[in-house]
Amino acid sequence: MSELTNAEKILDILHKDCRIPLEQIADMLGEPIDTVAEEISKMEEEGVILGYGAKVNWDKAFGSEAVTAYIEIKVTPQRNQGFDRIAERIYQYPEVKAVNLMSGSYDFGITVEGSNVKEIAQFVSDHLAPMDSVISTATHFVLKRYKYDGIICSKPEKDDREVISL
Amino acid sequence: MSFEVNKILNETVKNIPPSGIRKFFDVAAEMEDCISLGVGEPDFVTPWHIRDEGIYSLEKGHTHYTSNAGLKELRTEICNYLLRRFNLSYNPLSHVVVTVGGSEAIDLFIRSIVEPGDEVIVPEPCFVCYKPIVELQGGVAVPIITKAEDKFKLTPEQLKAVITPKTKALVLPYPNNPTGGIMNKKDLEKIAEVILDTNIMVLSDEIYAELTYGGDHVSIASIDGMHERTVVVNGFSKSYAMTGWRLGYACGGEEIISAMTKVHQYAIMSAPTTAQYAAIEALKNGDGDVETMRNEYNYRRNVIVKGFNDMGLDCFEPEGAFYAFPSIQSTGMSSNEFCERLLYSKKLAVVPGNAFGSSGEGFIRCSYAYSIDNINEALNRMDMFLKEIK
Repeated sequence: MSELTNAEKILDILHKDCRIPLEQIADMLGEPIDTVAEEISKMEEEGVILGYGAKVNWDKAFGSEAVTAYIEIKVTPQRNQGFDRIAERIYQYPEVKAVNLMSGSYDFGITVEGSNVKEIAQFVSDHLAPMDSVISTATHFVLKRYKYDGIICSKPEKDDREVISL
Repeated sequence: MSFEVNKILNETVKNIPPSGIRKFFDVAAEMEDCISLGVGEPDFVTPWHIRDEGIYSLEKGHTHYTSNAGLKELRTEICNYLLRRFNLSYNPLSHVVVTVGGSEAIDLFIRSIVEPGDEVIVPEPCFVCYKPIVELQGGVAVPIITKAEDKFKLTPEQLKAVITPKTKALVLPYPNNPTGGIMNKKDLEKIAEVILDTNIMVLSDEIYAELTYGGDHVSIASIDGMHERTVVVNGFSKSYAMTGWRLGYACGGEEIISAMTKVHQYAIMSAPTTAQYAAIEALKNGDGDVETMRNEYNYRRNVIVKGFNDMGLDCFEPEGAFYAFPSIQSTGMSSNEFCERLLYSKKLAVVPGNAFGSSGEGFIRCSYAYSIDNINEALNRMDMFLKEIK
């Protein structure tokens, strides 16, 4: 079991929510506030932390025209479920940062981020290529965002655990 | 002739009380804006690559029974995993049975050994199922009260004091639900010393083995001489957030596992096939998911334990599972009264400690398998409640 350093933990916490109070981070790590503040300043100085921007769903923001090109996949839509079902199968992978329904003669453009080229290549060969519905690939433009920077755009966050007896 | 089911029902079953947790949370479930620290299961959804393998197995048409003991590939992966993580060596062909959750494995073990009058030692407070299952067999569950000052560990002195010629087994429920207590290698060696002088078997319920925060879990089966005397129960629910898949397993010597497999064969046939395929993927490629979730639980653990201590609820530092077990004795209330008043006045649901055995009286169980926001809000409500009742 490899133990993460405080800096790694802080970075992970801030990446998920950069508005989280220092005091809360300190409590989460069981460390003094000063230590946390120091670690953060250090990462800012070293350029590890570049900024604290909000994660914006541009599809919902005042008519933005942002467009990106990604790894593209042509697929066969599944009976009764159209493209959404296949998009779902792709966007659930944590390596996939964005899955979009595309215009033109291809269907999905996806962004895959990994630590290195090999990881991404492996993702494509292990997961994308073997998928039954995939036919071919090309480059296209975004029509709809399903997931952005680790966040599924349309997914409601709801605790649906039932009352259980144990 | 009038029909009376009551005359047909088994007397033992009639006398077993329903779980105290459920009764309480049925009320909470109907309450608006109620928040809870009650649920004893991960809030995470099963990692997608695991779910995807389950779906894929369905697409491939793997919809039949598996062999009684479970898919051979799964049993092999279970053995690889136990060796890799806990240095436990088992043969996939004869030492493993795959079950419907860890719960079934517990049931199989108890049913395979207990006859009327036999005694099974159960450290309390603990998970609620051991005692009823022993009693259904006509056996006697002999409690040992573990104490906060001992970090809720089982001590060898306590164990020695309750062993009789009728004792068949010791349940070792660590990391512990509800206390969060753990047993480290030294603690286990002392227990092993006592057990090795007897003909008692150990049921080591290690379902929370992946959720320890101060160092890796140690299994009593890895202590010298204990391998053949121990049945290790584990599963996928807590470590991989797979509660709903209902999949667990038991590992032990050939004789006990073959007896348990016989009971399993007649009662269950085989564990769910889709879940077994998903579990293979979990064991092969799920180590990273486990670590991510463990880190997240650890953050929440730090927040909740500090929160309780800051507001004056004395909270032992839980080293395993995902529960805090603060004492409410300073309020002068019983666990039930405390939880009821907290629920009705602040709409915050926690579980009274006595739901886990009478020794849990004076404590409450608070699960931290919740988001930090939820935990913060719960801590606020608890703080307000404590100030009001002062």
